[in-house]
Amino acid sequence: MRQEKNNIFAGIDWILVFLYIALVGFGWLNIYAASKTEKNHEILDFSTKYGKQILWISFSIPLIVIILFFNSKFYEKFASILYLISIFSLVLLFPLGKEINGARSWFNFGAMSLQPSEFVKACTALAVAKLLSDRQYNFKLVKNQIKAFIIVFFPAVLITLQPDAGSALIYLSFFFVLNREGLTLNYILLGATVIALFVLTIFFGASNMFISLFIIISIIVAYIIYRGGKRFFRFNWYKILAFYAFVALFIFGTEFTYNNIFKQHHRDRFEVLLGMKVDNVNIGYNSYQSELTISSGGWFGKGFLEGNITQGNFVPEQHTDYIFSTVGEEWGFIGSSFVIILFMLMMYRIIYLSETHTNKFGRIYGYGLASILFFHVIVNIGMVIGLLPTVGIPLPFFSYGGSSLWGFTILLFIFIRLDAHKNYDW
Amino acid sequence: MKRSFLLYFLITVIGVIFIGRLFQLQIIKGETYDPMHNAAIKIEYDYPERGYIYDRNGKLLVANQLSYDVMVQPNQVESLDTLEFCNLLKIDKEDFLIRFKRAEHYASYLPSVFLKQLAKEDFAFLQEKMHKYNGFYIQKRIIRNYPINAAANVLGYIGEVNEEKAKKSDYYQSGELEGKDGVEKQYEDVLRGRKGKKYLQRNRFNKVTGSYKDGLNDTLPENGQDLTLTIDIDLQLFAQQLMNGKRGGIVAIEPSTGEILALVTSPSYDPNMLVGRKRSINSASLMDPTNPEKPTYDRGLLAAYPPGSPFKIMNALIGLQENVINEQSSFLCFGGYRYGSRSTAFMRCHCGVFNSPIRLKTGIARSCNSYFANTYKRIIEKNKKPSKGLDNWNRHITSFGLGNYLGYDLPAGQKGLIPDAAYYNARYKYAWGASTTISNAIGQGEVLTTPIQLANFTAAIANRGFFYTPHIVKKINRKTINITDFTTKKQTTIDKEHFAPVIEAMHEVFKTGTGRWSQVNGIEICGKTGTSENSIKIVDGIKVQAKDHSILIAFAPKDNPKIAIAVFVENGGYGSTIAAPITSLLIEKYLNGSISEVNKIREQNMLNMSLQEVYDKQTSKTKQIASGKE
Repeated sequence: MRQEKNNIFAGIDWILVFLYIALVGFGWLNIYAASKTEKNHEILDFSTKYGKQILWISFSIPLIVIILFFNSKFYEKFASILYLISIFSLVLLFPLGKEINGARSWFNFGAMSLQPSEFVKACTALAVAKLLSDRQYNFKLVKNQIKAFIIVFFPAVLITLQPDAGSALIYLSFFFVLNREGLTLNYILLGATVIALFVLTIFFGASNMFISLFIIISIIVAYIIYRGGKRFFRFNWYKILAFYAFVALFIFGTEFTYNNIFKQHHRDRFEVLLGMKVDNVNIGYNSYQSELTISSGGWFGKGFLEGNITQGNFVPEQHTDYIFSTVGEEWGFIGSSFVIILFMLMMYRIIYLSETHTNKFGRIYGYGLASILFFHVIVNIGMVIGLLPTVGIPLPFFSYGGSSLWGFTILLFIFIRLDAHKNYDW
Repeated sequence: MKRSFLLYFLITVIGVIFIGRLFQLQIIKGETYDPMHNAAIKIEYDYPERGYIYDRNGKLLVANQLSYDVMVQPNQVESLDTLEFCNLLKIDKEDFLIRFKRAEHYASYLPSVFLKQLAKEDFAFLQEKMHKYNGFYIQKRIIRNYPINAAANVLGYIGEVNEEKAKKSDYYQSGELEGKDGVEKQYEDVLRGRKGKKYLQRNRFNKVTGSYKDGLNDTLPENGQDLTLTIDIDLQLFAQQLMNGKRGGIVAIEPSTGEILALVTSPSYDPNMLVGRKRSINSASLMDPTNPEKPTYDRGLLAAYPPGSPFKIMNALIGLQENVINEQSSFLCFGGYRYGSRSTAFMRCHCGVFNSPIRLKTGIARSCNSYFANTYKRIIEKNKKPSKGLDNWNRHITSFGLGNYLGYDLPAGQKGLIPDAAYYNARYKYAWGASTTISNAIGQGEVLTTPIQLANFTAAIANRGFFYTPHIVKKINRKTINITDFTTKKQTTIDKEHFAPVIEAMHEVFKTGTGRWSQVNGIEICGKTGTSENSIKIVDGIKVQAKDHSILIAFAPKDNPKIAIAVFVENGGYGSTIAAPITSLLIEKYLNGSISEVNKIREQNMLNMSLQEVYDKQTSKTKQIASGKE
């Protein structure tokens, strides 16, 4: 029996809303700490970063109301159109975009700028959900798999061309969604192997890697033959040879790519991260300063507005991509672990709720949301704590910036809307 | 297995890794990071005294003086009364903005020089007001002071570390000074000392609150060490004066040790020109590449000239060693040497001995071209293949340190050129032999040597067959240096007994030969004059014959030599007219301490002689031709 209530808040998951408020609120406190100057103390001063962020946060309230106002059917029906509009906005960037820090990723509207790539994520998640939830869609067919790949990677390619490779990287997270819906895990394993080989090759050098891998593979092959696998060997020797050739080709190809196709600043970032180059002043300055800022926090941190590194503005971009270093310094191990746990809880909750959906569309969308959050958190915090190379993407809900905040708010509340509706399913 | 498991699992793993990493950073490592790079810590440097430099007799050549720079760290600068600040610094607003932009461009989080070398009276006044301007401060520095205007080429100078180097280095900061040339550069580590560091804690308003960790990491400055050079500054100064109005290089070496007694390039400059506020203007004009005088170019080390006749000594020694000539071998000179059938294949000779066969002694004393052409031909043709003969010839010469860097302790060098078989194989498509390369016999043609190489060659003759690598530093911190490379004998390939007749002949040069006009009573000088033909390259393929270089090598006294010397005067004409008197004056000055009355006229002549007219003429002529060809 279908009985829809008029109250738009009916059935929404308050735990997620609470986590959202906690992250956005705590985020703002840290933006305040990172961008405050000695002189002004007026919180609603809109010329300051923290003042502006208050504005962005306030604007997200009507945004949430609008999102919740629409029936969840609306999102399913209009997914394709929303996706096409968002793609169109990316294309429009090429003639109309404004270049900031070398990337043409912004539309400029007088006093404010919008970054469409932040909104494309939500639209892509909707489009993928729509495609995969179609009753006639059989994901086992390679043709259909390719369709899904195109939906995911088309915006990624456009964003790479801006060029904003960091934001494009996020689209890799859709592999988790596709995996949930039946795509074999081998793709992820293959990806992980390729990345591991790549990193090891650069670190140890191509020839060393080749020799050691050659030995390891040979030992395994010898072991198989020893264990009576002669038959196996007889029938598969060409596969084994091909495997050797593949490893050799990949390793030397990696070295070639790295030395000839990568740009110097890519190599520098990589080598600083792997500790092959020590540089705390130039390329490594951000990472080093950020690690140092975090480590100075100790157990409980120096206290709100007491972090002298944060307050001295020594970490570049601290209110945006490096906001987590402020948490580390002023709130210490306890505070920064707490933020990580908040994110984990939010992702657990989203996955848990998705699995309760009887409607495929909602489940797939939920997976998209969780995966996107997951990737953002890994890449951003991983960079700030010095585990991953420098890639400039924001920390969801936390970092300064309207586009990013609204993008994630839309992503999350569409899910909350879909989730609220699952109990009144048709 | 449920499909949702993977994502749950990965989220948990990443969460644990991240929290573990935070634990490692915040709890285990804590603040063990090098405070050097902690931006909340301000480092104050205390600069040590740079080492002084003395000559071999303890005369002070380089001392220190104080100077003050205004520094800026742009990210700490707050809004300030620009007008007032500009008035204080005596700059205008535009200049202020340009300088500030430059500092920001360098790095907004690192200090760099805003205004260099304040006048002392400005400093006292500024020091009181500086605290009003956040992000600006005054840095004391130590700069150089030169009591004697000499040997700029040897001493070098100090200047600001270049920005790339400052960013990469873990010692130098932008605006700091380092040795840029000469001894200052070569012995930078010794002279520099170590600057002291004070770590100061800053609070969140960027104000210094006190010392960081009670000065646990602070260090005291270590003064630089003094250097004593092998240079005899009186000799150096006298040589520089003698070279007034002339271009060229002089190098004098003590044969028994390899110590460089004088290293002169002319024209040179006053080392004080590269100190203080006028420095940048002066250095621009000194280093102007269009200036034909090239005052910063060390001709003693870098100018590769054809050695001319002194090279005949080399060929004589090789001839004796290879046993293709002996003291009694004689050749006839017909006013020249015919090395081919064409009428142009004739090398002229001015020895003036027509009536009798010429033996070694006369050959050297009168500098007979024919004699050495014959000797050279015999050396090269000793083997059936000329390439083997030439390589053997090359082996002997390079054993004297010619044709390669000598390995001395100065940062500038030039290989020169001693051709070998490979060189001629590459150069000539057809067969070549002794006749093709006959100019080598008399030090013309392809052979190129620098004055210091020739001086070293002379020292090896004076020592009868060995030399010590020439060097410029005698003591570090008043202790005699102990560098094995400078204290090991370098043996040449010529046996000792072959030197006696050659030295006898070189003595004859100053008694009766080409150097006889420059004798000094009571000193037995052995030497060889040279006049080297040369041409100036204007554009590719076009050369202009220029006036000959005047050259001389000599050592004295004949027994137990104290000084070996090589003199090059560019476009000075005959070796006997300029290079020879200069050499004999230097030797007299060094050995006797002063110039005797008899030779005062010679001294006056040389001091006053100027070749400026020749150089000017040459410059205008080459310009004319160059513009005509364009």
